[in-house]
Amino acid sequence: MAVLELTNISKHFGAIQAVNDVSLSIEAGQVVGLMGDNGAGKSTLVKMIAGNFRPSHGTMHLDGLELILHRPVEARQHGIEIVHQDLALCNNLTSAANVFLGRELRHGFGPFRVLDYRRMYRRAGEIFRELKSETRPRDLVKQMSGGQRQAVAIARTMLSEAKIVLMDEPTASISVRQVTEVLHLIRQLRDRGIAVVLISHRMPDVFAVADRVIVMRRGRKVADKQIAASSPEEVTGLITGAIERV
Amino acid sequence: MAITTDTFDEAIERKQHSWLATILGSQTFWVLIAVILASVFLSFATDSFATTKNLYNITRNVTFVAIIALGMTVVIITGGIDLSVGSVLCLCSMVLAVVMHAGHSIEVGIAASMGTALLIGAFNGILIAYLNFPPFVVTLGMLSIARSLAMVASNNTVVFQFGPDHDKLLALGGGAWFLGIANPVLYMVVLALMTGFVLRWTRFGRYVFAIGDNEHAATLTGVPVRKIKVAVYMISALSAGIAGIIQTGWLGAVTTNIGAGMELQVIAAAVIGGADLAGGVGTAFGAIVGAALIEVIRNSLGLLGINAFWQGAFIGGAIVLAVLFDRIRNFQQSE
Ligand SMILES: Nc1ncnc2c1ncn2[C@@H]1O[C@H](COP(=O)(O)OP(=O)(O)OP(=O)(O)O)[C@@H](O)[C@H]1O
Ligand SMILES: [Mg+2]
Repeated sequence: MAVLELTNISKHFGAIQAVNDVSLSIEAGQVVGLMGDNGAGKSTLVKMIAGNFRPSHGTMHLDGLELILHRPVEARQHGIEIVHQDLALCNNLTSAANVFLGRELRHGFGPFRVLDYRRMYRRAGEIFRELKSETRPRDLVKQMSGGQRQAVAIARTMLSEAKIVLMDEPTASISVRQVTEVLHLIRQLRDRGIAVVLISHRMPDVFAVADRVIVMRRGRKVADKQIAASSPEEVTGLITGAIERV
Repeated sequence: MAITTDTFDEAIERKQHSWLATILGSQTFWVLIAVILASVFLSFATDSFATTKNLYNITRNVTFVAIIALGMTVVIITGGIDLSVGSVLCLCSMVLAVVMHAGHSIEVGIAASMGTALLIGAFNGILIAYLNFPPFVVTLGMLSIARSLAMVASNNTVVFQFGPDHDKLLALGGGAWFLGIANPVLYMVVLALMTGFVLRWTRFGRYVFAIGDNEHAATLTGVPVRKIKVAVYMISALSAGIAGIIQTGWLGAVTTNIGAGMELQVIAAAVIGGADLAGGVGTAFGAIVGAALIEVIRNSLGLLGINAFWQGAFIGGAIVLAVLFDRIRNFQQSE
């Protein structure tokens, strides 16, 4: 059974039709590559799944139950995690503070709960180690390299056992070694039965890890097929519009 | 390779800078040094600085600006500004005065005054957070509105009789209940500790910093940005209201021009103390230290017999100098 099912999802911003009548379903433990030209609507689509935008039309189902999200917190409670394209980091906070942003650990009771720095540093440290990242929990994000920043954003998705992880260009600004690390992580997530949506402009990455590829063009889904049945040439054609739709 | 690799615990404990480097790199620290040096210098250069009476006056005078600077600092950390605090102080003082003058108890007067402050703060905050008004515009409007309301409430008269609880009010603001320290100073210390605690140890405080640095990221990660913004403008207005109540008790009279121009002093105190108007940076301690520097400058000019017209030049110079330190440090880091 599909973990996530979108039916006729649309999103418009005023006159701009960012996502237009997209339906798709994703199975547990499946890696789906989501590709498309700039402005095709990829980020908008995953932001709806992550509770950042409400769809203008259409419905979403998670494990067969209708999913209506008002806030990103609710998506996380349902086991939906996202790495945002712009990473969504605060430079003036430590990496641990960024990892836990919006779901800080606290101790105490009632209105007297205070931040549990120790536990947050420790947990963030464990995740960075798991990611084989040189990132340290107490370092300010301001002074971090592009790869370390990416690790912080990815670490957020590992705070709790997710059902779906949405990655919006997680390999955009990192070194070859770290790309390998991220792809390895995606496979690990898949092996644990977690569904992954990978948005990327890098054809080799998608063909290396994805089971399926979905192509969007100007807000519409124009292809959805097994990676084994496709080829980089075909996907390129679909992205540019040289191939209308398959 | 093994040499540079930390063990797990080392990696978790490892900080980018030692505490010493952190202190030496902080603007607040250098402003504090300036306050101390100026005080030492004045103690030797004049007979009247280090007297009990003068120190009592200085510490008390600091408090009114300092208490509001605490609230202002929280607003500035979110990347906002509140220009209405001087007028809000006036309106809240007037509400207190008028209510007590009408024969109500001090408790009712204070509740009415604080209620007014919270209402104004909520009004500012809702316009800013939900209707996306620029903070500068909303609070500039409120600067005008609140003072006008104070004039309406009092019919532009001076109120100096506060009904049955008159003496209680004067004792609240003018007394020294603990170790001979002026009451306003005690309130300031308590409020500063509370503000510092909230900023460092609560989720609310963390969100305040997150919003100031990257509001978009805060929104994406599910921080309740709008509610927090409303809350910070309520805190700012409340700090002005509290300062107004204390100042009323100390002065023993309320006129419709108290607090005029105070917003600029308060913002100056916050900025001198290290708050960054671009958002994301600031401390409660800095607000107090900044206010102290301004007061020491004012006091010393008088004691040294320098024409009071120079006051603005010195305070303005202090603002630029304090921020200059910060710029120099940033330049060094970016090279
Ligand atoms: N918050 C918004 N308000 C208005 N328009 C928006 C908003 N977000 C996205 N859009 C518009 O929606 C369309 C799709 O944008 P989206 O970010 O989803 O594209 P994308 O496929 O992620 O592109 P890229 O590869 O460049 O990241 C664009 O035309 C964009 O301008
Ligand atoms: Mg995008």
